[in-house]
Amino acid sequence: MPAAGCPVAALPGPSRCQTVTVVATVHSSDLVLVAAVFLACAVEMVEALTIVVAVGFTAGWKSALQGTGVALLVLAALVAALGPALVHIPIDVLRVLIGGVLLVFGLQWLRKAVLRAAGLKAKHDEDAIFQEHISQLEAAGKNEQRVGFVMAFKGVFLEGLEVVIIVLTLGATSGKVGLAALAAAAALVVVGIVGALVARQLSGVPENAMKMGVGLMLVSFGTFWSGEGLHVSWPGSDLAIVALVAIYGAAAWVATTVLKRTRAQAAPAVEHA
Amino acid sequence: MPESASPGIGSLARRALVGFGRFWWDFLIGDTPELFVGVVVVLVAVGLLTTSHSRNTAAVILLPAAVIVLLAGTLRRAARR
Repeated sequence: MPAAGCPVAALPGPSRCQTVTVVATVHSSDLVLVAAVFLACAVEMVEALTIVVAVGFTAGWKSALQGTGVALLVLAALVAALGPALVHIPIDVLRVLIGGVLLVFGLQWLRKAVLRAAGLKAKHDEDAIFQEHISQLEAAGKNEQRVGFVMAFKGVFLEGLEVVIIVLTLGATSGKVGLAALAAAAALVVVGIVGALVARQLSGVPENAMKMGVGLMLVSFGTFWSGEGLHVSWPGSDLAIVALVAIYGAAAWVATTVLKRTRAQAAPAVEHA
Repeated sequence: MPESASPGIGSLARRALVGFGRFWWDFLIGDTPELFVGVVVVLVAVGLLTTSHSRNTAAVILLPAAVIVLLAGTLRRAARR
C-alpha cells in the first residue's frame, strides 16, 4: 500500500513515497536479522576488545589503537572488494551457498553453547584470556610494543572477519546489507561504550547466552535461505524464520536438559569408580 | 634489490593464501567435519525433493528435522569424547 499522501500509481524508480512505504513496513524477519547481526557482532567484539584492552594496559594504548586501526582498514578494504562481487552471483546460488555456510557456522555456535550450558565444555573466560595475553606481552620484553601491535591487529582482524562474513551473508541473502551493517555498527558502539566503562570486567558479559541466541538465529536464517534457494516455499513466508527460531530453541533446550541429566547421572558413577 | 624483493613478495602471497585457506578450513570444517558433510547431504536431498519431485511439504519438514538430527548427532559425538 502506498504511504499517506502518495499517488496510487507511483512512477517507477525510487521516490520519497516509496521510501516512506519501505521504512513503514517492518518485517519480523528484519527484526530477527538485526538481532542476529547485533548479537553476533557484540560477541565477536567483546572477544576482540578483551585482546585490545590487554594490549593497551600492558604495551600501551598507542600499539593497541594502531593495531586496531590497521585491522579495521584491512577489513573495510575486504568489504569493499567482496560486497559488490556478491551482487554478480545468481540469487538462488547465493542463497544456497550462504544458507549452507550459515547452517554450518550456526550449528557450530549452537553446539558449543549447548555443551557449555550443559557443563560439558568450559565457558569462554575473558579474564583468563586477558591474563594470557598480558603474560605473552610481558614475555616479549623489549619487543612489547611490536608484539602488542601484532596482537591487537590479529585479534581485531580475526574476530572482525567473522563479523564481516555474518554481515555480508545475512545482508546479501535478504537484500539488506545496509540494515545488517547498521546493526553491526550499533553493536560496535554499544560494546565500545561498555568496554570503556567496565574496562577489564568483560567477563561479566553473558557470552554463552548470547552465543546460544546467535546460534539459533544463524541456523534459522541458514535453513530459511538455503530452502528459498532450493525453491522451498515456506508457509507464512518470512514468518517461518520466527517459527524456525522457536523450533530450534526448543530442540536446544531439550538437548541441554538431556546432556545435563546424563552428566549428573554419570558423576556419581565416576565417584564410585 | 629486485632479486631479494621478488621471493619476499612471493612468500608473503603464499603465506597469505595458506592463511586464507586455513581460515576457511577452520571456519567451515574445524573439529566438526560431520556438520559440514551433513549440511551438504541435507541440501542435496532437499534439492532433489524440490526440483525432481516437486515435494514442497516434504522439503519443509525434512530441512529443519535434518538440521535437528545433525545437532543431536554432533552433540552426542562431543559428549562421548
